[in-house]
Amino acid sequence: MSVTAVAAGARRKPVSVTLVRGIPLAPAVVLLSVFLLGPILYCVYSAFTNMSLTGASGSQFVGLANFKTAFTSAEFGASVYYTIFFTVVSAIIGQNVVGMVLALLMRSGSAAVRAVVSAIVIGAWVLPEVVAGYLWLAFFNSDGTLNHVLSGIGLPPQNILYTAPILAVSIANVWRGTAFSMLVYSAALSEVPKEIEEAAVVDGAGKWRTLISITLPMVRRSIATNLMLITLQTLSVFGLIWTMTKGGPSNKSSTLPVFAYQQAFQFSQLGYGTALALVLLVIGGIFSLIYLRALRLEDNPA
Amino acid sequence: MVEKPVWRSGGRRFAALAAVGLLALTACGGGGANGGSGGDKSKVTVTYQQFGGSHAQEQFLSGVKTEFEKANPGVTLDLQPITASENDYYTKLQLQMRSPNTSPDVVYEDTFLINSDIQAGYLQPLDDHLNSWADWNNFTTTAKGAAKALDGKTYAVPDGTDTRAVWFNKDILAKAGLPADWQPKNWNDLLTAARAVKAAVPGVIPLNIYAGKGLGEATSMQGFEMLLYGTGSTLYDAQSQKWVVGSKGFTDSLSFLQTVYNEKLGPTPQQVLDPNWNNTVSQQLIPAGKVAISVDGSWVSHNWLPGDAAPWAQWSKVMGTAYMPTETGQDPGKVSMSGGWTWAIPKNSDNADKAWAFIQMVSDREHHLKWDIANVQIPVRTDVASDPSYLAANPTNKFFASLVPITTYRPAYAVYPRISNEIQVATESVVTGTTDVPTAANTYNDQVKSIAGDAVMTAAGS
Repeated sequence: MSVTAVAAGARRKPVSVTLVRGIPLAPAVVLLSVFLLGPILYCVYSAFTNMSLTGASGSQFVGLANFKTAFTSAEFGASVYYTIFFTVVSAIIGQNVVGMVLALLMRSGSAAVRAVVSAIVIGAWVLPEVVAGYLWLAFFNSDGTLNHVLSGIGLPPQNILYTAPILAVSIANVWRGTAFSMLVYSAALSEVPKEIEEAAVVDGAGKWRTLISITLPMVRRSIATNLMLITLQTLSVFGLIWTMTKGGPSNKSSTLPVFAYQQAFQFSQLGYGTALALVLLVIGGIFSLIYLRALRLEDNPA
Repeated sequence: MVEKPVWRSGGRRFAALAAVGLLALTACGGGGANGGSGGDKSKVTVTYQQFGGSHAQEQFLSGVKTEFEKANPGVTLDLQPITASENDYYTKLQLQMRSPNTSPDVVYEDTFLINSDIQAGYLQPLDDHLNSWADWNNFTTTAKGAAKALDGKTYAVPDGTDTRAVWFNKDILAKAGLPADWQPKNWNDLLTAARAVKAAVPGVIPLNIYAGKGLGEATSMQGFEMLLYGTGSTLYDAQSQKWVVGSKGFTDSLSFLQTVYNEKLGPTPQQVLDPNWNNTVSQQLIPAGKVAISVDGSWVSHNWLPGDAAPWAQWSKVMGTAYMPTETGQDPGKVSMSGGWTWAIPKNSDNADKAWAFIQMVSDREHHLKWDIANVQIPVRTDVASDPSYLAANPTNKFFASLVPITTYRPAYAVYPRISNEIQVATESVVTGTTDVPTAANTYNDQVKSIAGDAVMTAAGS
């Protein structure tokens, strides 16, 4: 990609100059090909083989067999469903909305409140995934913190890790990831000129109206970028779910990364596992295309 | 690792993402530099699993290291534990053995996976060494078969085994009117005792038997296979080399689990689906007197020894053991399943001779005795099993070692982990009441057919 970019930019210059100017890029290109492009190509290749970690020596090219297995398996269908549920609930709705609300509230809070709130929210973001997962496991566990609190105030105990595990991991992911959206939105909101909002107030717009018609449209590009980043991040969340539920019970929180890991490393089907990872990559690609398209429409309205 | 797609984005974002990708890759690769003796004949690399708070093997092996280096001047024994849980250990080990650059010289292999690793060509046969090794005659016949592949060659030397049976709390059973030397003769006796406990002693789990996916292999072995192998049926027909589906034993075993969970004789489904349930039972509930009967492994008392996870001085007075009965008491009357670990030499080892010297040393009488006592293992050497110091070391050693003649090793061939997973799925759908027994059994049959392909046979009489 970088090479073509350079070539395109230097179209009118002699080739030798282009080459000389390209030299400083060479180490980066080599490193990227060895460490990024190579593994990705190898992953694409192995998705079409029956490569396994154990149980058979060598591997054969099996064409689309892995994808056929996936698309005819009920487990895979459920896993795509859980992946999308997890992404929509925890990223697109949860992190995005909570992040925006926090950013808006913090704008009007005092400096002390801002410092305390951001320290707490960013604290969750700073924690390693596994630690966050363990905290939520301890919180939701049947004899965990939440049930002690509930019984303390006379309410019946909850059982969400067993009854709705995908919701439990989604809540944990909102908690952990909100800081990112909050920071992006705080930065974006601070760029919104006060005068425009004040002008809207002068024109008689209420708080709500100002927010919907002035503030949000002005930060829409940050919203789209943020949505894309958190969607891609959330699609590949593994550690949090693995720590809390291992994809269970009864696979009811088995998102694609968890499912692919199980197939590749617990059932030793590396080929099948990488095929699933490719499917995940395609889903991520679809989401990013949607967001990029939305951004482009913004830039050049038809 | 899944890289995020980047298209149409500006060069700057691409560069940023690439930098992140590179960071992630270096982070993943950080641990890959160990292992591998790199063609150095003066070094023997030994890989084993290190996990949790137990340092028994580390202590044992560091003793062996001193002796080995004394007996082989100029050779260093490089102990390289992989710190990981069981499944991750298997994966890391397999990845190490794949390449001559990273392959250790000696590996600690679970019998659960050894057949599949043999089929993958990771290990070398030891028959030439074993034929000229007098000590091999002291190993029991079942143990000699533990690492024997379908090609008839032996690829590893077991260092101990385990057996499974019924643990019970004598105090609780006494309250339910059962004797201290209680011994169920068939499945009904088990259920009757559990019902008696449920009626007489509220607040305890009458009969703990594992089920569901959360516990993984513990469900398959301690739970389901302990039942199935007592019905006269089997998972795998060794003679025709085919997986058995549709047996009456399979549905009977599921029905037994259904009865236990339906009548609330066992843990709640939610409890048993917790991946840590087996530790909760042996480290908290049993010492607290909250479990009456539990089908579990010979190693459980390990937890109660001084300095381990849940020291419990009175355990040998409170806890009794009984063998697991067959379904109706049919011959041989009792059933047990065995696993265990072995020492093997990877094909990619570049110091196989010294590796064998290490295995010989670690597998002699004296070292087995030391290891079996330290780690509450069931001996695979007859001369260790009868050693007075072994029998005196733990009051249950004698009982669990006595199950060795009737025990069964799992058919741990390449597809076993996936079939075992299907067993767990079947038990889970039955104990949670998601499906009835015939549906669960049918799902299992279909899955096994799709996993094992042609190597499947339908049980006779069904």
